[in-house]
Amino acid sequence: MNAKSTPAQAAQLAAIQNPPLMRSISTPEGVVLPVELGQRGERAVAFILDILIVFGTLLAIYFVLAITLISSRGSGGWLFSAIFLISFFIRSFYFAFFELRWQGTTPGKRAMGLRVVDRAGGPLRADAVLARNLMREIEVFLPLSLLLSAGGPGGGWGLLLTLVWMGIFVLMPLFNRDALRVGDMVAGTWVLVAPKAALLPDLSEAAPGGPSEESRYAFTKAQLRIYGIYELQTLENVLREDRVNTAELRAEVAKRIIARIGWPDEEPDIDRFLNDFYTALRGHLERKMLFGVRRRDKHDGS
Amino acid sequence: MSAVEANQATPRPAFDLKSTSFRREREPGWRRLEALLEKARTGGLAKLETRELLSLPILYRAALSSLSVARSISLDQNVVHYLEGLAGRAYLLVYGGRTNALAAMGNFLRFTLPGAVRKAGVYIALSAFILALGVIVGYVLTLGNADWYYSFVSDSMAAGRGPNAETESLREVLFRDGRDTKDRLSAFASFLFSNNARVGMLAFALGFAFGAPTVLLLLINGLTLGAFAALYVSRGLGYDFWGWLLIHGATELSAIVLCGAGGLMLGAAVVFPGDYTRLVNLGRVGRRAAVIVIGAVIMFFFAALLEGFGRQLILHTPTRYMVAAATMVGWLWYALRSGRQAR
Repeated sequence: MNAKSTPAQAAQLAAIQNPPLMRSISTPEGVVLPVELGQRGERAVAFILDILIVFGTLLAIYFVLAITLISSRGSGGWLFSAIFLISFFIRSFYFAFFELRWQGTTPGKRAMGLRVVDRAGGPLRADAVLARNLMREIEVFLPLSLLLSAGGPGGGWGLLLTLVWMGIFVLMPLFNRDALRVGDMVAGTWVLVAPKAALLPDLSEAAPGGPSEESRYAFTKAQLRIYGIYELQTLENVLREDRVNTAELRAEVAKRIIARIGWPDEEPDIDRFLNDFYTALRGHLERKMLFGVRRRDKHDGS
Repeated sequence: MSAVEANQATPRPAFDLKSTSFRREREPGWRRLEALLEKARTGGLAKLETRELLSLPILYRAALSSLSVARSISLDQNVVHYLEGLAGRAYLLVYGGRTNALAAMGNFLRFTLPGAVRKAGVYIALSAFILALGVIVGYVLTLGNADWYYSFVSDSMAAGRGPNAETESLREVLFRDGRDTKDRLSAFASFLFSNNARVGMLAFALGFAFGAPTVLLLLINGLTLGAFAALYVSRGLGYDFWGWLLIHGATELSAIVLCGAGGLMLGAAVVFPGDYTRLVNLGRVGRRAAVIVIGAVIMFFFAALLEGFGRQLILHTPTRYMVAAATMVGWLWYALRSGRQAR
């Protein structure tokens, strides 16, 4: 990092340059697609949302049944069987039901933009969905019922052991690279961010003065030869960045480029300058790519 | 415009970059695919009309090909990212679940479930062996010294049935008539089902810890059962006891054995990964084991019906044995024969 840039700017640049939690899957057509893992926090929130829906639904059903019971005054045999069956099915198969019907999402996951996907890249099959949700029995419901019954067998030490044992299962997503929970391991799935990307205007056509305007600044081939693809795409990110202090960031970047390529003019219009430099550099690098030369970054010798 | 000589300032080219014209040419197709994806976002493929459905794979492959081209000629990062996202979403739609629920269920019952059970033969045998071992040990120990009964059977489960109980009261439990309390039987049955199914799923899920908890659970269940049997046999009620137990036990114990087998499969997958990494192997085996456990949940349902209704309404011991034998033969026939024919 340049000594002149502030730590805040350095952090912002680093955030732009390093996308988090990226993995890749290979489609049956043989094209490798990059995917982003769901953040552990987002998954926890999605799960809490789902659990609230489950308990809310159960409570509502119990309420209705209780009203019916009071008003009917009859023997409540069928009512109790209804309660047992309904709570069992909702509790055990809520997740599996939605993940099967909604292509790997539940209401909570959908709210957080998450999705269950087969780790090997194949279709998400029913047995995988069932497997990953059966494991919730030890990840969630067993610890929950043990905590509610205030400790396991064997007093204090027993409780401690129980907590450690449960902790291993419950906290499994924290202990592996891909944030897999036990259910994901057993089913061969993982939870990804549902891909969404907007197609933004082409920067080479979107000069600040409008696409029709001629470029104001011109660069020599020697000036374009300095940078590589990495620098070009970092510049693209900076130009697409839309935050409060973008102007400062751009000024800093422009200052560095001017110093590096030896630009004679001291004070160009920063936005126009960066955009023209981006377009010229991209044209230069893409032309080289057509001839089979891919210059990775400014240190790449070719 | 002529080729650019070195060191000469070049004004912005009047023609487009190659990547820009490529984008302009292909963009309408991407937008069409995007619209289809948006339409199918909530309801899946069912939301699409026939015409749209037919164009989906074509647009999907076109997007993949655009992505490959963009990766090789375009340095516009946003276009590449957009295409990756678009292709990813289309991939999930095209290769996501697309089964008709009813057909899937039929397929599951006819082929998937019995097939998975047949493939797991070794584990089922092992699971059955562990359960039987528990029964025999519990039986022999309790028969030799009645005090063992208290170690194997918890107070809540014994519910007053212990070595100190009178033979007549023990006998009465076996032949409790449920005909006058019919409406409560359904509650009893559904409680049994949800409870047993939960314990079965637990036995499966615990297998993840190298299978040890599953083995323990099977053994403990066996010990309890053996201790009960010993108590009744020591009072000369053995014949009636096994009829009382097996009328639903033939189904329920089989389901327990299946859940145990699922747990053992998970444990074995972790301990002996074979040619795969542990994680990959767990993913392969876990799915098959889960299928077996779902089968066991279905069996628990029937077992609860037999326990909640059948046992309270059928008080004749030979009939109970006949029901037990019939259900056992039925399950075996299903597991061994179903789905063997060509698909």
